[in-house]
Amino acid sequence: MSAQMNYLDGNAAAGELSKIFATDLTTAEGRCAHCGTKKRFAEAHLYMQCPGVVARCCVCQHVLLRLANVRQQVFL
Amino acid sequence: MWRIGTVVAVHDETATARTITLQVPDWPGHLAGQHVDVRLVAADGYSAVRSYSVASAPNLERRVEITVERLPDGEVSPYLTQQVAVGDGLELRGPLGGWFVWRNEQTEPIQLIAGGSGLVPLMAMIRSRAASGSSAPFRLLYSVREPGAVFYRDELRKRSENDPSLTLTYAYTRTTPKDWPRPPGRIDASLVANAAWPSKLVPTCYVCGPTPFVESAAGFLSACGNSSDKIRTERFGPTGGRK
Repeated sequence: MSAQMNYLDGNAAAGELSKIFATDLTTAEGRCAHCGTKKRFAEAHLYMQCPGVVARCCVCQHVLLRLANVRQQVFL
Repeated sequence: MWRIGTVVAVHDETATARTITLQVPDWPGHLAGQHVDVRLVAADGYSAVRSYSVASAPNLERRVEITVERLPDGEVSPYLTQQVAVGDGLELRGPLGGWFVWRNEQTEPIQLIAGGSGLVPLMAMIRSRAASGSSAPFRLLYSVREPGAVFYRDELRKRSENDPSLTLTYAYTRTTPKDWPRPPGRIDASLVANAAWPSKLVPTCYVCGPTPFVESAAGFLSACGNSSDKIRTERFGPTGGRK
């Protein structure tokens, strides 16, 4: 499987994000700071092969969010 | 927030997949298509979290069903499919994700495309549609390795026999039933074009399966003229992610 096929949808980050945000962030609409695409967070490409998660814009692959679990702490 | 669910039933769907029914006293209710995270903690404190789609329709009994496919090198799925027993407690987080959902006020045609265990959240939509008395027309295209790997086989057959607005198309990738018209193979553009709703009906499409499957299925839907904002996807990988 190629690196490009290792991602999930932003939807899959709902559980991790619920540690920090009281509302469901995956349905929130946002604009990519790099290419300007307006999408729901659930539509982002999500990479989980790391100690946390990295979400990238589904159009230009710009990093939208990084979340790391280190011991008992969560870094956003 | 982690909740404790008690296993009230287990049922083998296939040789490698099991449905677990949990009673969750403080369950707030879910929408069809949502998932839960399940956390297992070992005696030494090591914990593993996996995401599983909810298979059951929203209900008032605070019951949550998940169907788990056993992965050969899995950390969590062998326990859930082989060891968990009625009376056991499982830690759950959810319901999660409000995007890949079907709500019973949706009346437009619905196109479901499942790859393997990607059927699970789509089954929740089919069950939810029936439970709510919705007449929204549904089509399911289900790509599955072989007849023995089909989830919910009898239930799907009965539901489609009793309901002309629910149409099923199976695509077998490795072994077909005897005299099956289509040779084994992955879904392709012509199958999607023939089995899916015409794009002029503006269906909402839900595609769930392994990442490469979802990529190709969503691509075929786009090629048939469906707009990308009408195609919702849920991809899963072998570890860490859903299923």
